[in-house]
Amino acid sequence: MPLLPRFQPSRSLLPGSLVSCSLLLGLALLPLSAAADRPLSVVAPWEITGADPSTSGYVYARMRVAETLVDTDAEGQPAPGLAASWQASDDGLTWRFGLREDVSFHDGSPLTAEAAATSLQHALAKPGILDSAPITAIEAEGNEVVIQLEPPFAPLPALLSHSTTLILAPGAFDDEGRITQVIGTGPYRVESVAPPQRLAVERFDGYWGEAPAIERASYLAVGRGETRALMAESGDADVVFTLDPASRARLARHDRLALHAEPLPRTIVFKVNAEHPFLEDARARQALSLSIDREGIAAGLLRDPEAAAPELFPASLGPWHLGLGAGEAQDVERARELLAELGWEANGSGVLERDGAPFELTLRTFSDRPELPLVATALQDQWREIGVALEVDVGNASGIPSGHHDGSLELGLMARNYGLVPDPLGTLLDDFGTDPEAMGGDWGAMGWRDDDLAAWLDTLRQEADPEARTELAAQVARRLNEAMPVVPVAWYQQTAAVNVELEGFSIDPLERSYRIDELRWSE
Amino acid sequence: MSVALASRTTPRWTAGLGGLLLQRLFQAGLVAWLVGTLTFVLTRSLPGDMAYRIAAGRYGHDMVNTAAAEAVRAELALDQPAVTAYFGWLWDLVQFDLGRSLVSGQPVITELWHQLGHSLGLAAMAVLLSLLLGPPLGLIAGLKPNGMLDRVSEVAASVLRALPPFAVGLLLILIFSVSLGWLPAAGHGRTAHGVLPALTLALALAAISSRVARNAMADVSQSAYYAFSRTKGLNERLSFLRHGLRNAAVPVVAYLGVQFVYLIEGVVVVETLFAWPGIGHALVHAIVARDVPMIQGTALVMGLMFVALNTVVDLLCHWLDPRRRSA
Repeated sequence: MPLLPRFQPSRSLLPGSLVSCSLLLGLALLPLSAAADRPLSVVAPWEITGADPSTSGYVYARMRVAETLVDTDAEGQPAPGLAASWQASDDGLTWRFGLREDVSFHDGSPLTAEAAATSLQHALAKPGILDSAPITAIEAEGNEVVIQLEPPFAPLPALLSHSTTLILAPGAFDDEGRITQVIGTGPYRVESVAPPQRLAVERFDGYWGEAPAIERASYLAVGRGETRALMAESGDADVVFTLDPASRARLARHDRLALHAEPLPRTIVFKVNAEHPFLEDARARQALSLSIDREGIAAGLLRDPEAAAPELFPASLGPWHLGLGAGEAQDVERARELLAELGWEANGSGVLERDGAPFELTLRTFSDRPELPLVATALQDQWREIGVALEVDVGNASGIPSGHHDGSLELGLMARNYGLVPDPLGTLLDDFGTDPEAMGGDWGAMGWRDDDLAAWLDTLRQEADPEARTELAAQVARRLNEAMPVVPVAWYQQTAAVNVELEGFSIDPLERSYRIDELRWSE
Repeated sequence: MSVALASRTTPRWTAGLGGLLLQRLFQAGLVAWLVGTLTFVLTRSLPGDMAYRIAAGRYGHDMVNTAAAEAVRAELALDQPAVTAYFGWLWDLVQFDLGRSLVSGQPVITELWHQLGHSLGLAAMAVLLSLLLGPPLGLIAGLKPNGMLDRVSEVAASVLRALPPFAVGLLLILIFSVSLGWLPAAGHGRTAHGVLPALTLALALAAISSRVARNAMADVSQSAYYAFSRTKGLNERLSFLRHGLRNAAVPVVAYLGVQFVYLIEGVVVVETLFAWPGIGHALVHAIVARDVPMIQGTALVMGLMFVALNTVVDLLCHWLDPRRRSA
């Protein structure tokens, strides 16, 4: 018999059957909790892998469960955290971090230099931010954590603000040294954790700092952007991070929600294999850059006209920011001239050719950040205009470091966080390095060398004088912008939809904290 | 009177049961081995370096680099030959040891236990809801084939089955969470959180089972024995209860077995949409992160669940339909 008979479907059909089911389900509804000790619900896309700070530290840091030796101030500069002060020896090889007094962990045990040193040694043994620093030893001496370096490394305090270096109680480790639970020092303690999605925290009364106003909070990892937006809209979540551009406009019209946005020191860039015969000349890389319509990508795809990035570092990174104009970064005619200088000529089908070889490249990217594949296809379209045929390969994030490693990568589009820690130097050392014979990094330059830049980074690594550092930072930024081993496309902004009944909300541009301890419900 | 006659001529319902169970047990063993071997071969043959994929799953894409991948490779002995790894897995499986997740480091069995509980809860709620909605509607429609109710429910069923679960789920969130504010949109922790994901699955299940029930009932209601039950003087209610219900139930229950396929497929999509921490969600993440023991464990549990549920369906049919017991 026919599945669909001659029948005019009535509009009331679907809702009709739904309403009848919902009557059955009404029983499952629970009463709303009282408003006085109203819990806070935070929703973001990132999942909880376990208890170890190397894999999931960011969740525990952002939910204010565990803290680091070094904190950041409102300007994003290193500030005292669990360490009240620190100083380096004159040769820059020994750093002493004096711990804050009267701090206790959530299990009641006191914060000691031994406990802090154990946590940092654990962090050093795992892949993480401390890999960037030449650490030879971490020890406890009295009330101080002593870190030995060889050679000197000026941005060390910045690294110790990263969430992979959280300080946990001795009770958090099992006999084999594995971290089995998170016992930190923050204003909130873990109430329950159900990886990969849910973390519930409650106020810790023995906190050394100011007590937070909200007693209970929960974190839920929700991977789908549509679901997150709907949770904000329906009032299920009080704070929802990372909104997709399409939902943002709709949520902005909602009278129960306030929309917040804050630029992040994260840049969408593509790295270039400078050993590739088509790309080894800086003019080829400049031509690719000049033909990109950054303002179009920012306004059309990212829905944020301010996001066009003519340089690597956004304004929040102070001395590293050059202040270039986004409009001047595009010059398609100049791009064509540069390619003609290099001997490229258009063939019958509009693709450039040199010595019989067409200008064809493959760009690898990944979909963990949903805008990356979109930007990749925009580049594909814009480069077609100048005769470069681009193939886009959307895979896993690890395809870029593994392609760097085995030399198969041609172009890699990614979102690089230059503010993983307050000083971008740590990231730059990873990405470019100080050894002119072996420059480059998994998420940075590939097959590229620049003796000046290596020397400047090496000086920056050891130089403590702020003025000299500021000058060198600008020099590094300028050189990177000319030689283009990595090419900037757009800057990121973090977005959040927040219940209007919440007061005191702000976004941390370094994404270290959700600042839930500063929130309160309006009366 | 008819009951007394029946008991003398039909074998007890336990007859032939041993053979059926033995066959299913053998099937379960075969499924376990095949599923494990297939997932092993397939994950090994996927493009991309496993160590990098696992490192990306563990440390996130900001922190994955060659150093992290090499550390992972050394820790997990990923460069041992595939054959050694395969027989190591098989030997562990014989001892009921599923290993540890390469990403979280937790025993696979612990993670599965946590996730399976959530998925089974969701699936049970979905099946229950679909049974409340689908078959009763189908049976009533089948009593009067081509009546108004039959036509309306057919269109509703076609629409619901044609829509992907993803779209149905979004629609339900829009109606019940955003517009009406009756139910939470996503998450878990309270019973109310399970309603919308379960309903999403249940609607599609009910769409099919209502049509199967309707056809079965239509066949029964037009059969000679059903007409005879009316002729001999039973009223409509008694005819339905004594001669209609049981006969119409056989195809409906048998079809449930087929529906579990949809349930398993639907769970993957629905769990991701509603941020439900179940086994489907875990499988997607394990595949992305190349977490082989988790993929094997999850696929194994899904395969075995399939065999177990089909066994239950067989037992039910065996009990419902005496004609099957002669074997």
